[in-house]
Amino acid sequence: MRVSILKIIIFSFVFFSLFVLWQGLKKNNNYDTKSLVGARISNFQFTEINNVNKSISEKDLKNNKFTLINFFASWCLPCRTEHKYLINLSKKKIKIIGINFKDKKKNANNFLKELGNPYNFVGKDSDGKASVLFGVYGIPESILVDNNLNIIKKIIGPIDQNQYNEILNLIK
Amino acid sequence: MLSNIGIGLVYSILALSFLTIYNAHLDLKIINTTVKKIIYKLSLFQITFTILSFFTLILGFINSDFSLVNVYENSHTTKPLFYKIAGTWGNHEGSLLLWVNILVLFSYLFLIFNHIHNKKFRLYTLIFQNILIIGFVIFLLFNSNPFNSLYPIPLEGLGLNPILQDPALAIHPPLLYVGFVGCSIYFSAALGSLLSGYNGKLFAKSIKVWVVTSWCFQTLGIIVGSIWAYYELGWGGFWFWDPVENASLLPWFAITALMHSLIVLEKRNVLYYWVIILCLLTFILSVTGTFLVRSGILNSVHTFASDPSRGIYILVFLSLMIFAALTIFFTKYKKETYDFNIKSKETFILANNWFMAFFLATVLIGMLYPIFLDVLSNIKISVGPPFFNIVIIPLVVPLLFLMAIGPKFGWIKSQKKIFYKILFLILGSVIINLFIFNFFGKYSFLSNLIFIASIFLILNSILDIKKFINNKIKLELSRIISHLGFGLLVFFIGINHQFSLEEDFNLKVGEIKKTNNYEINFESMRIKESKNYKAIVGNFKLTNLKNNLVEYLDPEIRIYSNPETLTYEAAIETKITSDLYLTMSNVSRSDYYNIKFQKKPFMIWIWISAIMIALGGFVQLTFKKNES
Repeated sequence: MRVSILKIIIFSFVFFSLFVLWQGLKKNNNYDTKSLVGARISNFQFTEINNVNKSISEKDLKNNKFTLINFFASWCLPCRTEHKYLINLSKKKIKIIGINFKDKKKNANNFLKELGNPYNFVGKDSDGKASVLFGVYGIPESILVDNNLNIIKKIIGPIDQNQYNEILNLIK
Repeated sequence: MLSNIGIGLVYSILALSFLTIYNAHLDLKIINTTVKKIIYKLSLFQITFTILSFFTLILGFINSDFSLVNVYENSHTTKPLFYKIAGTWGNHEGSLLLWVNILVLFSYLFLIFNHIHNKKFRLYTLIFQNILIIGFVIFLLFNSNPFNSLYPIPLEGLGLNPILQDPALAIHPPLLYVGFVGCSIYFSAALGSLLSGYNGKLFAKSIKVWVVTSWCFQTLGIIVGSIWAYYELGWGGFWFWDPVENASLLPWFAITALMHSLIVLEKRNVLYYWVIILCLLTFILSVTGTFLVRSGILNSVHTFASDPSRGIYILVFLSLMIFAALTIFFTKYKKETYDFNIKSKETFILANNWFMAFFLATVLIGMLYPIFLDVLSNIKISVGPPFFNIVIIPLVVPLLFLMAIGPKFGWIKSQKKIFYKILFLILGSVIINLFIFNFFGKYSFLSNLIFIASIFLILNSILDIKKFINNKIKLELSRIISHLGFGLLVFFIGINHQFSLEEDFNLKVGEIKKTNNYEINFESMRIKESKNYKAIVGNFKLTNLKNNLVEYLDPEIRIYSNPETLTYEAAIETKITSDLYLTMSNVSRSDYYNIKFQKKPFMIWIWISAIMIALGGFVQLTFKKNES
């Protein structure tokens, strides 16, 4: 009798696991940007990288018509290639928040000194945990949010000319 | 042309599998001890056609025959010959053909080399192996055919991803495949054993060679992959707990447990059903890993262009395999009684199994949990290195101790004398650790334990070598080498982790930076042209300020033309005591280059000790051969 209960448990467990994997396949790419677009961003809070008393949360975004949240790090090579687009964007009608991902304060500041600082606010996420809430998988990643906190666009990987133009179109 | 030949060959493999199963089925009814000649012949034809089909595809790649979609998508005329050939298995379809090759190869070798074993057992094994072959050949033909043709024929191919154009990566997949797909033969043998009732010691003897062989190749494959990551990815790391690396670890844990339990089965004739479970589990985990990687359900550097239909096929096949295995297992399962002495060798070998089971569960949960959570509750999380490090590393300490002590205990019962020896060695390890701690740097309590445990295992193994030279028990040698290798591996990884230096800064040509006892002089820059890429090469002069030794390092930024990609090649100066690691990357719109400088102590020893682990297995294989 004991063996048959064990059998049922094992069979149902295997069946359940395989079923979940099958459902996972149907999800069609776990990290698809499309699934996030249209969703509201969750509550968050980041402290300023050089000033622990300053912080930013989702409420602050409500004052901006559009906000681009950009996840970056000094050690990330593609972040360098996208930086010029961020600099150009900073001259447009958009607020840019930089989230410094798993980085050292010194290196991050050098990075911004060297390449220019396009950010209205630089938040720190030294262990990368807070970024996970945004569905960040690797960096660079950027999320475009409107004043209702809806995600309009998510960019995985460095921003290039096409995506730059797309952002400009969206915030017109 | 090649397309037709290839497809014809693959169909004949399929037909031969059906014929083999049919003939084996007929032969099962005849009560005698020899397998029919016709089955040998069918198998010989099958292996010949399989190898021919693979050569056909290689030929397509060598001649850049772009009438094959597969060649068009993954090759280019300007690629060096070596990478044209390696391109054959550098893509999903080609690697699946390699997979089929190994299935057939092991099927054939098992039939040939196991003639002393029970006929029924061999025939059942052959039948199951051919069912696996049929499953994968159908997958190949209808979903991932490397011989699909293209018309009109393009003049040029799309090229191979440059980060795959690396010698280590050219041999990495074949090694891993022999390791992972090789497991198929004892998956089949386990089912064959259950059905034929050919069990116990004899069964252990019949599969041991295959288990050790696939273990060796898996181990080597994982090491080569890790070496590749170190040289090519340019981060200076060698293990990232990336989902694909984890997928390769899953069967490795199972097979390591299997290899150890098999010794108990062979010597004491117990644990038969546990060995069967591990046999089944190892291949099931190999296929699960393949499913996770190829279906695109996980995102990783290794993901081939994902295709959901591919995932569904592997999943269906995996389900069939698991349910068939479970059903056969449960219908044949009988309760075994164990009579173990707590201080005997078997206990320690089983302890190894508990550790492997724990590591396996940890890695499996770390991999699957995000998928399950996403499916069941739409929450996306990522499980990264911190999880694995926290859960796995502390348990390495007792594992190291057991690896040292376990082999000292004899079969069934053991002596008291050993106790004092162990105490003495632990004391020695603590002293060596204190020495390192005091003179080279401080580290955490856990690191102290890791160092003590690994030194303890190393000292033990060294004493074992001394004993081996006196006694010459050949089979012990393989164990000593592998365990010593593991002890050294943990030790050197620990040292490397504790004492690595890393500096990140920007320089332009002609500038000098002083850091960590090194003076780094960015002397000049040149352009290098190669067959498939152009490169900007930086010439750096590194002076060690302590002893004024001068080193020249030339990192590169490569611009590959087909497909157009930028890669950063690290310059690595490998020495016996440490590696100097330098990467440079361009800083847009400025003359500055971002330089990452690392000094990584004992890197080469990490590779050497890892290779030693695999070497132990090869030593056992060669001795086995001599014995028989």
